[in-house]
Amino acid sequence: MSAATPSTADVSATRFLVPDRYKVFLQQGMVLLVVIVLAVFFTIMRPNFASWSNISSLLLASVVTGVQALGLSFVIATGGIDLTPGLGMAATSVITALIISTEFGNLPIWVGILGGLAAGALLGLINGTLIAYLKMQPMIATLAMMMVCWGAALVLAGGKTVSLRAVEGYELIAIGQVIPGVPNGVIILVLLAIIAGIVMNKTVVGRYALAIGSNKEATRISGVNVARWEVLAYVICGIFTGISGILMSSRLSAAQPTLGQGYEMYAIAAAVIGGTSLRGGRASIFGAVIGAVTIQTIFNGLTVMGVQDQWQKVVLGAVVLVAVFVDIVRRGGKEE
Amino acid sequence: MTVVGTDVAQEPETAPTGALLEARGVSKVFPGVRALSNVDFTLRGGEVHALVGENGAGKSTLMKVFAGLYQPDGGEVLQRGKPITLPTPLSAHLAGISVIHQEFFLMNHLTVAQNIFIGREPKLPGGVLNDDAALNRQAAELLERLGVQIDPKIQVGRLTVAQQQMVEIAKALSFDSSVLIMDEPTAALTETEVQTLFRIISGFVTPETAVVYISHRMEEIKKIATRVTILRDGELVDSQPMDDLTIPEIIHMMVGRKIASDVRPEPRAATEPVLRVEGLSTQPLLKDVSFTLERGEILGFAGLMGAGRTETARALIGADPTSSGQVTMNGRPVRISNPGDAVRLGIGYLSEDRKRYGLILRQDVAANTTLASITSFMRFGLLRDADMRTSAATWVKTLSTKTPSVRQLVRNLSGGNQQKVVLAKWLLRDCDILIFDEPTRGIDVGAKQEIYDLLDRLTKEEGKSIIMISSEMEEVLRMADRIAVMCNGRITGVLDNAEATQEKIMELATQFESVDIERQA
Repeated sequence: MSAATPSTADVSATRFLVPDRYKVFLQQGMVLLVVIVLAVFFTIMRPNFASWSNISSLLLASVVTGVQALGLSFVIATGGIDLTPGLGMAATSVITALIISTEFGNLPIWVGILGGLAAGALLGLINGTLIAYLKMQPMIATLAMMMVCWGAALVLAGGKTVSLRAVEGYELIAIGQVIPGVPNGVIILVLLAIIAGIVMNKTVVGRYALAIGSNKEATRISGVNVARWEVLAYVICGIFTGISGILMSSRLSAAQPTLGQGYEMYAIAAAVIGGTSLRGGRASIFGAVIGAVTIQTIFNGLTVMGVQDQWQKVVLGAVVLVAVFVDIVRRGGKEE
Repeated sequence: MTVVGTDVAQEPETAPTGALLEARGVSKVFPGVRALSNVDFTLRGGEVHALVGENGAGKSTLMKVFAGLYQPDGGEVLQRGKPITLPTPLSAHLAGISVIHQEFFLMNHLTVAQNIFIGREPKLPGGVLNDDAALNRQAAELLERLGVQIDPKIQVGRLTVAQQQMVEIAKALSFDSSVLIMDEPTAALTETEVQTLFRIISGFVTPETAVVYISHRMEEIKKIATRVTILRDGELVDSQPMDDLTIPEIIHMMVGRKIASDVRPEPRAATEPVLRVEGLSTQPLLKDVSFTLERGEILGFAGLMGAGRTETARALIGADPTSSGQVTMNGRPVRISNPGDAVRLGIGYLSEDRKRYGLILRQDVAANTTLASITSFMRFGLLRDADMRTSAATWVKTLSTKTPSVRQLVRNLSGGNQQKVVLAKWLLRDCDILIFDEPTRGIDVGAKQEIYDLLDRLTKEEGKSIIMISSEMEEVLRMADRIAVMCNGRITGVLDNAEATQEKIMELATQFESVDIERQA
């Protein structure tokens, strides 16, 4: 193929012609297009879908899944998987709530935020250690940790919802509006996506995660301490889980120890819809956010149209299957 | 011991008209390689027929033709004088040809009996449920006939390697095989186990059956084989009764007098050692491997497949755990417990399996080139992609890598150019010691020359020191200043290029230690 071309390396000319990148862009463009088509469709069916209040609540509802999908992208990039974002969120939100609740800790909000982030980081550290050092299968290790989180959330909260209504200003984190008309949660998601994008594409953290996911052995032989960077990916995912817990409890002004079940599936679906390959080695931060918005658009639009909740899940499942299929077609069905 | 149940159909051919199994003018071509060309091979009843040759001589290919794994591109296979085709492994089984591969095809979690009769389990009346009692009874009979004591109800994973091999042989017997082909059967056996194997082989052979015995171990061949066929470069060299040949004669025929280019490296004056390895051992293969590498030298590592050359490299760079060994670099002892340590000390390993251990195929030339030195492209924690591409482009130019751009995915490059990308990775990292494992494997002839020139340039002009592992003796003789020869996990000799010949290398490469000596040591 390249034999005929002279052996010079033109650094800039082919910048935008790298097939793989091109395809990722293409898929993201397609997902964006799907969201727009869906939105237009729902608007035609029910004009009030397009109202700003509906769109802003749709975006706000995408925030938790979007944040979790961002963190998950790092894990999936390494070729792993993390099932703890959903119930991990329940556990970390309870921890944050207990710290700041007037009934319990009654400490300043920032202490609660740090507590939630630390709990998330610890969760990720445990996950990563089990997987990278103790060589457990990611699916099994995080499934077990998911159950640990579930139980921990219930135990810590005493089986009840921890109300945060009395904590002044806490709800503003998610639903306040620094920019009029745009909930803060949405702005936080955008900022986090920018940070995650930089970390993924412009630092060794992302570079090594993608290298590990593509070829762990070659990366190891190249002198990279593979286990350490793998753990870091899970820690990042855990921190984002902690952030999602803060946003969720802020939005509800409460921490519910049972809320979060199934959210890991939404986060995985968002990443996959956005073009992250579950085989590892490829991740799209922008896609993760778009994927989360796609999921909420489907839920919101179907709700507006009066479709029952149960059927919405069936539709989402079908969408994920389509996204996975697109991933296979894009690779030409080839083993890489 | 008698041959397996001829009571089952298969009446012996009336007046056997030909050899038990025969290959006539068989050829097999792979892209870029002529693995077999016009090879004749005749296996007669009652023989233990040794098949010998260097790596790549065509033994395995011929065996795979008999096993139904490869279809010959020319020539024919005959059984008892009649042409047969063997389109699948099953058809070979049904024709009574069984192969005991070096790697066993056994399911560790199933029992011995289940493994032997997999796919052919005896059924209870009704034909649905398996008849375990009959299964175990029949397996026990087979094992008894082999004279081995193995419980048919034990899980195969709990057996020793030798016992697993017996199970494979029992499986072959259960097919009523008349031809048993064994590929390096003693590679993992102890001396006593070898004796048992020989007893079984002798018991198996009758005027109606025969064994093809592929091995590098001359002493064993001399002991067990009645006839020997020598292959070289895919061609038949000779086929003689064992008693008519001596071991040196066989070795001589294996290496032959090739039209080897007379190119040899110029003699070089000794320099100071940059790397000294002492007593490197691993479980289970490497035993007390010691050698030194001098600055600006190419140290060749020769040996047969499985001699432990790649394992030595991997143990040295910390990719695999070692049980003992001391490494000294530039006079100072160093500790290498993982590949990261090796890279920091300036040792780069270029694997024979580039796709698995060398490259990230889905990433581009720039990313692969900079992978080992990525941290030097950071500013304020952020990677400077433009600098990475510029640097990769410089190496593309220096090594004349043929790629349209540094943004090209490496999976789209040819083998030789992929090799250059791996090399660029280590040169960018400023590695002084480079370990090339089969540097020209899968690379076409023209590109080979380029790699040779590159190796010369690296040692002579850049002062790099190179360990070159190669199974091609001509390559070793042509490139290496000194040649370490390995056999069965140990270095059996180090030759100066001037004194080295293919025969000498082959002698050292087949110098298997006797088990007794090892036990005393």
